[in-house]
Order: sequence, then C-alpha cells, then structure tokens
Amino acid sequence: MKKLSARRRHPLAALVVLLIALAATGGLYATFAPTGKAQADETSAAQSLAVEEGQKLYRVGCASCHGTGGQGSSDGPSLVGVGAAAVDFQVSTGRMPLQQQGAQAPKKPNIYTQKEIDQLAAYVASLGPGPAVPEESQYDPAGGDVGRGGDLFRNNCAQCHNFTGKGGALTDGKYAPNIDGVDPKHMYEAMVTGPQNMPAFPDGVLTPENKQDIIAYLDEVGGDEAESPGGFSLGGLGPVSEGLFAWVFGLGALIVLTIWIAARTAKARKS
Amino acid sequence: MSTTTTDARRNPPGRGERFADWTDSRLGLHGAGRKNLRKVFPDHWSFMLGEIAMYTFLIVLLTGVYLTLFFKPSMAEMTYHGSYAPMNGVRMTEAYASTLDISFDVRGGLLIRQIHHWSALIFIAAMATHMMRVFFTGAFRKPREVNWIFGFTLLVLGCIAGFTGYSLPDDLLSGTGVRFMEGATLATPVIGTYLAFFLWGGEFPGTDIIPRFFAVHVLLVPGIMLGLFVLHIILVFYHKHTQYAGSGKTEENVVGMPFMPVYVAKAGGFFFLIFGVITVIAGLFTINPVWDLGPYRPDMVSTGAQPDWYMGWTEGLIRFMPGWEWVIPGGYTINFGVFIPLTLVGVVPIMMMAYPFFESWVTGDRREHHILDRPRNVPTRTGFGVAWLTLVFVLLTAGGNDLWATHFHLSINTITWTVRIAFFVAPVLAFWITRRICLGLQRRDREKILHGRETGIIKRLPHGEFIEVHEPLSQDELHKLTAHDQYAPLELGPSVDDNGVVRKQSPVQKLRARLSQGYFGEAGQIPKPTRREYEEITSGHGHH
Ligand code: HEC
Ligand code: HEC
Ligand code: HEM
Repeated sequence: MKKLSARRRHPLAALVVLLIALAATGGLYATFAPTGKAQADETSAAQSLAVEEGQKLYRVGCASCHGTGGQGSSDGPSLVGVGAAAVDFQVSTGRMPLQQQGAQAPKKPNIYTQKEIDQLAAYVASLGPGPAVPEESQYDPAGGDVGRGGDLFRNNCAQCHNFTGKGGALTDGKYAPNIDGVDPKHMYEAMVTGPQNMPAFPDGVLTPENKQDIIAYLDEVGGDEAESPGGFSLGGLGPVSEGLFAWVFGLGALIVLTIWIAARTAKARKS
Repeated sequence: MSTTTTDARRNPPGRGERFADWTDSRLGLHGAGRKNLRKVFPDHWSFMLGEIAMYTFLIVLLTGVYLTLFFKPSMAEMTYHGSYAPMNGVRMTEAYASTLDISFDVRGGLLIRQIHHWSALIFIAAMATHMMRVFFTGAFRKPREVNWIFGFTLLVLGCIAGFTGYSLPDDLLSGTGVRFMEGATLATPVIGTYLAFFLWGGEFPGTDIIPRFFAVHVLLVPGIMLGLFVLHIILVFYHKHTQYAGSGKTEENVVGMPFMPVYVAKAGGFFFLIFGVITVIAGLFTINPVWDLGPYRPDMVSTGAQPDWYMGWTEGLIRFMPGWEWVIPGGYTINFGVFIPLTLVGVVPIMMMAYPFFESWVTGDRREHHILDRPRNVPTRTGFGVAWLTLVFVLLTAGGNDLWATHFHLSINTITWTVRIAFFVAPVLAFWITRRICLGLQRRDREKILHGRETGIIKRLPHGEFIEVHEPLSQDELHKLTAHDQYAPLELGPSVDDNGVVRKQSPVQKLRARLSQGYFGEAGQIPKPTRREYEEITSGHGHH
C-alpha cells in the first residue's frame, strides 16, 4: 500500500490510471457486448450501471490494494473470480476495506450502504465468475434441519469455531471468530467463499441444503432467541471458565462463609 | 448409665435408658462416645477447609446416587428422538442420550447434574486449598505424615473420579479427553499399544470404555475414597488437631470447643450453608452443557476442548511440549512429545507426597509437632510451596493457551513460547521472591519484639529530637512471635579429623548439609531475639 500511495503522486500516475480505466471499460464492453444481442433489456442495463458505479467505488476504496483492475498487488490478493458473495461478506462485515495489515482483517463497522456494496459486488463479479450473493430462501434458518446442522457443524467447523461457534485461536495471532449473532446471509457467504484462513465449502463439499442446516443450527445455539437451559452460560467456553468460576465464586464464597462462622465463636474469655 | 441401681424393679428404667443400655453393652458406644465426643477442636477458619472438602464430597456422593438411577452406561448406538429438539435424529450412544434425558426429562435432573459437577469442582479445589493450609503451616510433620499421604491419595483419587465422571456422558468434549488419555497410553514405550487395547477392550473407542469408567467412577474410586476419608478423620481424632501458637497452647494440649455439642451444631449448620450455596450456583449457572457439545465421534474434534480444572495442568504439559518423536532401531516410535509429559504427571505428585519425609530428613527432627508454623518462619518450605503453585499456574495457562490468545488478542505461538520459558524460570523466581518476603517478615517480627509496635505518635523530646512512640507488645503477642523453634543448620564438620586422617563424607551427607544450610543457614532464617537481647533493650531506655 505504501508503495502504491507513494506512486500515486507520480506525474505519470494520472495517465496510467486513465489507460487502465480505458482498457477496463473496453474489456467490459467486450464482455457484455455479446449478451446484448436480443435481450439488451432493463436488468442488464441496470447491471452495467451497477458495475460502472461499483468500479468508481472500487477505485476509491479498494484499488490501492487490490490493483486498479482487481488483479491484485503486493498489498492485497487478486479479486478476479472471488465473486459477489466474497465482496458482500467482506464489505458488509466491515473487514474490507482493510485498515492496516495484520494477522487477520478484523471485523469493523461497515462504512458502505447495502446499495454501494451491491455495486462493488457487481463490479468484482464482472471481473470473473464466482459465487453469487445467496437468496434469502437459501439461508433462512427456518428452512434447515437443526439436528443435522449440528452434526455437520461439529464435523466441518467446530475444530476452528468451537462446539457452538464461540470461536477459537489459530496460529500466530489468527483466530476463527465467534459466530454468535452473525447475519445468516454472511454465514452462507463465509461458507461459499472461505474468507482468509477459513477453507471454502463449495456446493460439492457442503450442498446448499447442508449449508442451510448449519445456519439453522447456529441460529438455534447462538441466535437472538438461543436458550440456555442450564442458566447463565459463562461465555460458553467450557471447563476453563467453569474452573475459574468454581475457584473464585464457588470456593471463594465458601471460604468467606468459613471465616464468618469461625469469627462467630465464643472466644476463650480472658480472666 | 448412672451410679445407683439398687433395685431395678422398683424404679424401672425408661425406654430411652433401656435402649442406651442395650446398645452400650453390645457396641461400647458410651465409652467411645465419652472419649471422642469431648475431643476439643480449635477453631480457626483455615481449619475448616478440610470440612468444606468433606461436605462437598458428601454432596457429590448424594447427587451421584440420584444420577446413577437414570444414567445408562452403554455405548450402544441409537438415534435420538427425545424432547431436546436440536438433537433430533442425531445418532449417539445411549450414555449420551441418557444424559440428555437426565437434563431434560428427569425431574430435577438438570439441577442435580449441575450440583454434582459444580460440587465436584469445588470439592477438589477445597482439597487443594486444605492441602495448602496443611503444607504451609507444617501440619504434615510427625506424627501426621501418614495422614498427609492419605489426604494426598484422596486428592489424586478425587482427580481420577472427576476425570472418569466427566467422561461418562460420552460427549464430544469429554470424548476428546478420553482420546487424549488413549494417546498418552499409546505413548508408553514398548507396552503402549497392548495397554491401550487392554484398557479399551480393542481399538479406540470400542464399546467398553464407558461401562468400565462407570464402574470406576461410581464404585471403585468412591469406595476407596470413603474408606480413606474415614481413616483420615480417625487419624485426625487420634492425633488431635493441631493449633496455632498462642498463650496457653502447648504441644501437650488443644484449646478450642468440645466436639459435642458446639462443634457438631456448627458443623451441621455449615453443611447446610454449603449445600445451599452450591445449589444456588447450580441453579443459576450452566456447567458442562452436554446438549451443546454433541455426541462423541472419533472423526470430530472441537477447538477449545479442555479438561476440568484439576486436569488442566496435564493438558498444559501436552500443549507446550514440543512434538519430539524418535524412531528407534526396529521401527518403534518413541513419542517424547507425550511421553515426557506423561512421566511428569507421575513424578510431580510423588514429589508432593514425599515432601514430609524429605523435610524431616533435612531437619533431622524426630519430635512430634502439634503447634503449627507460621509460613514466614520456614521460608524455604514456603518458597517451595509457592514455587509449586506457580508451576501449576503456568501449566494451567498453557492448558488454556487458546483462550488466552483469543481473549487477550495474543498470538498462541507467543504464549506457548512464554510458557516454555516460564516453566523453568517462574518457579525459581517465585521461590526466591517468597523467601525474601518471608525473611523480611521475620525481620519485622524481630523489630516488633525488641522495640514494640509503631504507634504513629510522634513525640518531641525537650532537647528537640523527634521520636516515634513504640508501644511494647503484650505477652500474648510476644509469645506468638517467639514460640517457634529455630533449627541450627547441619554442620558436616571438618573433612579431616584431628589426626589429619580424611573423614569419609558421602555425597548424600554433603547434600543433606547443603540443604540444611539452605533451610536454616544465615540466608534461610533471621535469628529470633534471645531473652538477653530482649531484656537489655526493654530495661531502661525506652526509645529508639
Ligand atoms: C489496505 C489494503 C486493502 C484495501 C484498501 C482493501 N482490501 Fe480487500 N483485501 C486485502 C487483503 C490483504 C486481503 C487478503 C486477506 C487475507 O486473506 O488475509 C483482502 C481480501 C479481500 C477479499 C477476499 C478475497 C478472497 O479471496 O476471498 C475481498 C472480496 C476484498 N478484499 C474486497 C475488497 C473490497 C471490495 C475493498 C474496497 C471496499 C477492499 N477489499 C479494500 C487488502 C485490502
Ligand atoms: C480452518 C478453520 C476454519 C474452519 C474449518 C471454518 N472456519 Fe469459519 N472462519 C475461520 C476464520 C479464520 C474466519 C475469519 C475470517 C475473516 O475474518 O475474514 C472465519 C469466519 C467465519 C464466519 C464469519 C464470522 C463473522 O464474524 O463474520 C462464519 C459465519 C464462519 N466462519 C462459519 C463457518 C462455518 C459454518 C464453518 C463450517 C462449515 C466454518 N466456518 C469452518 C476459520 C474456519
Ligand atoms: C476427601 C477429601 C478430604 C477431606 C474430606 C478432608 C477432611 C479433613 C478434615 C475435616 C480435617 C480436620 C480439620 C482440618 O484440618 O481441616 C483434616 C485434616 C487433615 N488433612 Fe484432610 N481432608 C481431605 C483431603 C486432604 C488432602 C488432599 C490432604 C493433603 C494431602 C489432607 C491432609 C490432612 C492432614 C495432614 C490433616 C491433619 C492436619 C491437622 O490436624 O491440622 N487432607 N482433613
């Protein structure tokens, strides 16, 4: 990024950008021209408008790292073929645009409107085919089988995300985040695109129904209406938090009691 | 039974008296009772830590019986169709399914499960704390070494009972623990594989381990523990309780409350208080939510899989140990990454058990001790104790390295390396610092004895000097501060005798003298003031 921002001030920079933009528009035209035969209808016009707008947003917010044509740079990977789902996930969860290089792009408040995200997604999708943003019917938790989803989750995801998605550590400061309260749409997108250190689970590995089952399970154990039948869950972190609690509040309380009882005694009277 | 029984017919004994007579003549209760019920117990809160252990043990036993009524120790597979919807249609073992049933269908089952588990955690924590009290006050010294061993065995058995119990529900978390145990068994050189096949009745996981653990958990271990516990208590009665130094307390007496009725009344109340506190905790806070964990399957594992706290140190050993592995000629693998931790798991407890014998060997003291030490007066022992606790804490940190990483935004690799270094360095530092602190406290005691307590009152003398008024200590306090013995360090004597002949000194003798110097030499204790010093200073000139 530093290299890039330094070169931004170069006298030839404007020229380079112009050339790239021209090339990109030409390329885009080439991509879209054949489809425009008979059905140059409204959707495709809206689509190309979105791509155009998306490209503008992209230039401002993303090109410094991902390259002006999405080809990637030393500061960010190529976005050719990552698909609209990846952009929607990365940008709506605030991971992108990245603020600073680190072990892992953290979640942040998202700075784009959904419309802008769609435009960015359309632009990136235009660079190469990739997973599309899922339909609501695909990720609606109500449509999944919780039991099967639990099994699938424990088999495919728990090794990084913990039994109920409470998150876990990976090597060198990387981590699998807590999935509590994540939008089901983003869950679906995370599975198809495999952000950062997470493997992708394309439909050949987990069918769309499987994905929906997993989402149903995650909603059951971590959603807004998740219940905890045993009482407060102490973070759901298992024996470590339980042990800490047993020592501090369990034994701690009992020792306070002991001190109270021992103080309440008929003292040997001094005579 | 009273004194005069001239004519029984004229004055027939009441029903109660007859019952007492009947039982006494057969069981000798009266004599035993008169002797034991009037035993005296000193009270100090730290003497009641063992009681917390006792009552939580009782609670664990009682709730355990209830759970046994509903638990099915079977690894037969089935498909769940019970009242916990999220598990509907999931294949699991009967053990896991019956744990779900206990949690969701048995009346009071979930509460009892949670009481059982919470009190187990607190039970072992209480034993550990009780043990610390015994250690730091030197209550393990003659004649109580055997009781120390009993207590220590109880602690070890408590951990075994805990581990087997935690494994019974056959959930994904505890199954990972059993897998861990299998790994450790396999790492035993030469016989590992055979041993594992023997314990699991074949290839992991098989169908035997849960029924076997069940027998161990509900019968074998609690049975032995109950027996040991009774012996432990008998010995406490027999030795009588130790006490802290104080005026009127000697090595020959015990000052406190009679066992009956005061102590028993208090103890009964205490039991219910403890039961109450634990029930409230169990009613409010989830422990081991097996329904979230899912049934165990050998092809699955979750991150954040830790054992209960008392096994956490073994987890820590495994987590920070580099994964060294050798293949020795013949094609056998020696897995040092697991074998070295496994050895330590055996060695560390044995060192704890042997400590009383080690110390009496160093001091050469064969006398009985009924007056407790103040930890500061035995800096080396106290230092060992704190070093040991530090080690446990380091290992627990290693055992929870992933949670430290995610919750404090650290790299797990950094934590692992820090722990590797701390494992060697931290106990030494802790030992050294503790000893310095103890010596400092001893010095302060010495000051206090000789010059009295600082009152904070500043006085100006006629010639202008400012002094702080020191108030002399009461006899009681003086006694407390000076009651302890101070050992002289062992001297080896010259290595050459009067005639110039070399005296043989075995390396063991030399080691013992070195250790003794460490314990009681100049760097090991501050001489307490002698009577002469005290009198010299307190007679005449009142200030300093
Ligand atoms: C500061 C540099 C930087 C900026 C600005 C930035 N990104 Fe990224 N982006 C990265 C890096 C680095 C990664 C790779 C993260 C990783 O895998 O650890 C990434 C990854 C991504 C991915 C995931 C690629 C994949 O393989 O799934 C998407 C999608 C993405 N960025 C989109 C965007 C969009 C859209 C913007 C603009 C709104 C943007 N990025 C701005 C650096 C940046
Ligand atoms: C190899 C470890 C790994 C596995 C296996 C894995 N994940 Fe992830 N997951 C991650 C990491 C690392 C991230 C963080 C990615 C990022 O920040 O861009 C993540 C992010 C996510 C997110 C986004 C959370 C958020 O805060 O926005 C979801 C949802 C998710 N994973 C679900 C799953 C599901 C469902 C599975 C199983 C099908 C799974 N993961 C399997 C490592 C993993
Ligand atoms: C089942 C667990 C245990 C129970 C129920 C238990 C109970 C008790 C009780 C009630 C006492 C008398 C009061 C007291 O000093 O607290 C006692 C004394 C004692 N305990 Fe334990 N204890 C247990 C475990 C242990 C452990 C783990 C150790 C150490 C290894 C230990 C060592 C001792 C010793 C040496 C005494 C005699 C100390 C003295 O008289 O001051 N006990 N125990």
